[in-house]
Amino acid sequence: MAINKDTIKYVAKLSRIELEESTLEDFTSQIGRILTYIEKLNQLDTENTVPTSHAVELKNVFRKDENTPSLENQAALSNAPEQENGHFKVPKII
Amino acid sequence: MQYETVIGLEVHVQLDINTKAFCGCSIEFGKPANTQVCPICLGLPGVLPVLNEKFLQYAMRAALALNCTVANFLKFDRKHYYYPDLPKNYQISQYDKPLAANGHLQIKIETGQKKIRILRVHMEEDAGKLIHTKDASLVDLNRTGTPLIEIVSQPDISSAAEAYTYLTRLKSILEYLEISDCDMEKGSLRCDANISLRPQGHTTLGTKAEVKNMNSFKGVRDALNYEIIRQEKTLREGGTIIQETRLWNEEKQKTFSMRSKEEAHDYRYIPDPDLVPFVIEKEAIEKARRELPELPQAKKERLIKDYSLSDYDAGILSADKQLAIYFEDAAQNYKQPKIICNWLMSDIMSYLNTNNIPIKKLKEVLPIDKLVAMLKLIDNNTISGKIAKQVLPEMLKTGKDTSVIIKEKNLSQITDAGVIESVINEVINENEKVVEEVKSGKDKALMFLVGQVMKKTRGKANPRMVNSLIKKKLEV
Ligand SMILES: [Zn+2]
Repeated sequence: MAINKDTIKYVAKLSRIELEESTLEDFTSQIGRILTYIEKLNQLDTENTVPTSHAVELKNVFRKDENTPSLENQAALSNAPEQENGHFKVPKII
Repeated sequence: MQYETVIGLEVHVQLDINTKAFCGCSIEFGKPANTQVCPICLGLPGVLPVLNEKFLQYAMRAALALNCTVANFLKFDRKHYYYPDLPKNYQISQYDKPLAANGHLQIKIETGQKKIRILRVHMEEDAGKLIHTKDASLVDLNRTGTPLIEIVSQPDISSAAEAYTYLTRLKSILEYLEISDCDMEKGSLRCDANISLRPQGHTTLGTKAEVKNMNSFKGVRDALNYEIIRQEKTLREGGTIIQETRLWNEEKQKTFSMRSKEEAHDYRYIPDPDLVPFVIEKEAIEKARRELPELPQAKKERLIKDYSLSDYDAGILSADKQLAIYFEDAAQNYKQPKIICNWLMSDIMSYLNTNNIPIKKLKEVLPIDKLVAMLKLIDNNTISGKIAKQVLPEMLKTGKDTSVIIKEKNLSQITDAGVIESVINEVINENEKVVEEVKSGKDKALMFLVGQVMKKTRGKANPRMVNSLIKKKLEV
């Protein structure tokens, strides 16, 4: 399947990835080839196949409405580049 | 040209259960930031969310009470967007297989009843909370993963007042179901509104604005009224309405465009591979339907039937579950329901309103036996109704019994004919002209004399005795 550079740019933007102009070309052709490969699936006759939303044949898996321990505040924040008053601190977004 | 208003509401309701939608963290309100979080709701790699069974039960209850068809098959989807309050960068929600659809809600409008259709009810998780400081935004993920249902109405609402009524009705039903505290201030009920105008009689929808950030039902009504005026003015001046999100500013009583730099949303919904699908058997749905409690409309009809209340009285009492329960409990102990109803709807409610006491606290501030004791003291002429009106606020304020207050304040009714007669004599001497009028048959003049006696006794004389004793004295 052919995919154009604009679509790759858009997908990169959605993924918050910055791509150089040169890598953009590479990705466009590589992702195009991957999509072409996956397109083979379209050759399957799925006329009588029920759509699946899940790969595992399980349904109705529940848990009880019971508390399990949460993390300590500092453990929760341990990967945060910045914190303040027990909060994750991020660049101002408003 | 006349314009008509088209409104659809999206209401998010937080369900009153113990733990989050897909993990065992508590959802208790008001805890220190980021202390009710775990690897699952923080969205750390490799964790597996599992659905809280009570979440589905409660959501199903709401859907059935809103007359929706509950789906036999449902699944969860990921809705992707980037925002710091969403640690996974996707929200678990339902896209094409929602819990329920095609319901309706009856609301009372000036001209009668109106049916507002419900498009769908779906389940999703809440995002976190952001606090904005001068130079940064702070993220608290305690709320992340909180179980919500989203109730989406069809654009059947035609005014801000109708939107207000719809919300009040919806809240009343949810409270009857006991699945949410519906407290807008705590964020357990949130409402976004889609609003557009179109020339009267047209069937195509105009361009809509989505209005957010209202934190009370009154705020919703004010924001919608503002939008109606804004959009109509724009249209009349030949302008066009831009499809956008607008934020209500309570202080300025205006909506403002939320100019966002971000591109149009592209949520890229996909089925969540971490959550298995759910099949709800017909029997389970029917069982849940049978177990629904009596809802406001049914309660109202029963109050009319069982207690001979008027449509109006029953409507008000049944609108609040706690008030209806209080009334029915009191009516068990005092066999004149209309009198209980009158006291509730006038003096008691006005005291609660003035003092900002929620109705659910009524049983505490005025236990039913205290109310009943007061009503009995009126019946046996210990106090008049008028005195009771003075005593009641005192009872509500101090928690004291009626009998204690009337003793303390010396408010017992005067039923001693001799005492009343001496006051009557005074009044007759002071009002010779009026006395002549009474003798010539003027009822109004008689009422004046009764009033004077009541005044002199500070409302304590038994009014019926005063009336008959004056008549006897003046031989009329
Ligand atoms: Zn958690």
